[in-house]
Amino acid sequence: MATFSDTAFLLLVAVVKIAVVVVVLLTTVAYLSWLERKVVAHIQARWGPYLVGPHGLLQPLADGAKFILKEEIVPLEADRVIYWLAPFLGFVLAFLSIAVIPFGEGFTFHGHPIEFQIADLNVGILFIFAVTSLGVYSIALAGWSSNSKYPLFGGLRSSAQMISYELSLGLAVIGTLMWAGTLSLREIVNTQSGFWIIHGVKTWIPHWYIFAQPVGFFVYFTSAIAETNRVPFDLPEGETELVGGFHTEYSSMKFAMFFMSEYANMVTVSCLATILFLGGWHGPLFGPPPLRIILPVVWFCLKVFCFLFFYIWMRGTLPRFRYDQLMSFGWKFLLPLGLLNILVTSLLLAWHG
Amino acid sequence: MQFMAILFYICAAVAVLAALNVILQRTPVYSALSLIVVLCALAIVYLLLGAEFMSVIQVIVYAGAIMVLFVFVIMLLNAGHEAPGQRSRVARWLGPPIVAAFLVEVAAVVWKQFPASGSASPAPLDGSPRAIGQLLFHNYVLPFEVTSILILVAILGAVVLAKKEF
Repeated sequence: MATFSDTAFLLLVAVVKIAVVVVVLLTTVAYLSWLERKVVAHIQARWGPYLVGPHGLLQPLADGAKFILKEEIVPLEADRVIYWLAPFLGFVLAFLSIAVIPFGEGFTFHGHPIEFQIADLNVGILFIFAVTSLGVYSIALAGWSSNSKYPLFGGLRSSAQMISYELSLGLAVIGTLMWAGTLSLREIVNTQSGFWIIHGVKTWIPHWYIFAQPVGFFVYFTSAIAETNRVPFDLPEGETELVGGFHTEYSSMKFAMFFMSEYANMVTVSCLATILFLGGWHGPLFGPPPLRIILPVVWFCLKVFCFLFFYIWMRGTLPRFRYDQLMSFGWKFLLPLGLLNILVTSLLLAWHG
Repeated sequence: MQFMAILFYICAAVAVLAALNVILQRTPVYSALSLIVVLCALAIVYLLLGAEFMSVIQVIVYAGAIMVLFVFVIMLLNAGHEAPGQRSRVARWLGPPIVAAFLVEVAAVVWKQFPASGSASPAPLDGSPRAIGQLLFHNYVLPFEVTSILILVAILGAVVLAKKEF
């Protein structure tokens, strides 16, 4: 250790962090599919996967093997380059946005501070918005390059939906950013430590922004569900409306990539909701120092899991929006509500100083 | 700093190659995608100059919204391959030398303004959102408001042009 130069050590730490995050994210994405099938099944009073491994726990492995071994069918007139590019682009972008998410407090290792975050940008939130904006291309290009009407309609509808709800997503976040005063994700979580002090009275309510921005939270989470093309906003991939939507003509591994990128986007959006509104990794800390380092990560993962469970719960419960209802909900309800939220928040903050 | 220089050259090369690809491709969709690559490479160059806010905004607004519009139009109009049209021989023989002369002239002007003096680089400006916000809302508030009215006028014009006749 004493002979390592600083740069080499930083590089090694970065590589280890990336490896851990990628492995954990891939496993999460695979077992999210298992969780979804189980939860939706139990909502519908049936079992879900049960036979492959105890309680179907090896089902994702079986699915992975199926996807790898299945025949790849490419439509004849499909635009070759873009047909291959689209799913990989979506996959890469979905995983790229995890790079700026902080999972917990850091710790010091032989004098070097190590954070539970791959890259601490001071414009972290904007980076995630940038990557989400680029993610629209993957779906639009997938729909277009399949050279078939259902994918084209699905792709266009989905891209229109995504760019519309990106607006309300951004506006909903602005209220929280006004409270936090910074764009760096780690700093936003740091400002949420402690408890609320209302008119000089110390309360037991944690200083999380969900209590200061309930409307912002509602707008954010609804827009996030629409961004990730999940029920009730999943018309672009609804089976009864558009066959398969933009991924109709995709088979085996490329289809799996679309699904993995959808789940990875869900995870990213849930992580962002936790960071912005639920105080990130803050929670009761106790125990010896090693436990104190791991506990924030545990709290963070628990909160993210709550959001993911809520996503899946809604899938089993709500019917689908019709496309014109979807667009008018986004433009005529969420956007004005987001603007109103910014107005009220800024007035409140300016008045109270 | 060596790493930054290498990164700059890689991004610059990618940007130039992608820009050439924009004009040399026959399929409009490939041109649009190459333009997105150019914009992302430029965003990285902005990052190297210390303008982190501009870099991310470039990706969000330009590559993520404006180019999506371009790609939509191309997909909806189903613009296919462009057939190679009549090429004039004058343009083929006169064109590249004129472009080369123009580039050399621009490079000479830039070189004169910013001589390559090794380690002496201009003082890095503060590109953080806070600094840009301060400048925008204190010194440049009037251009900011006028620009927003300009955009409003453009939106109204678009709505008037595109609305249905009842």
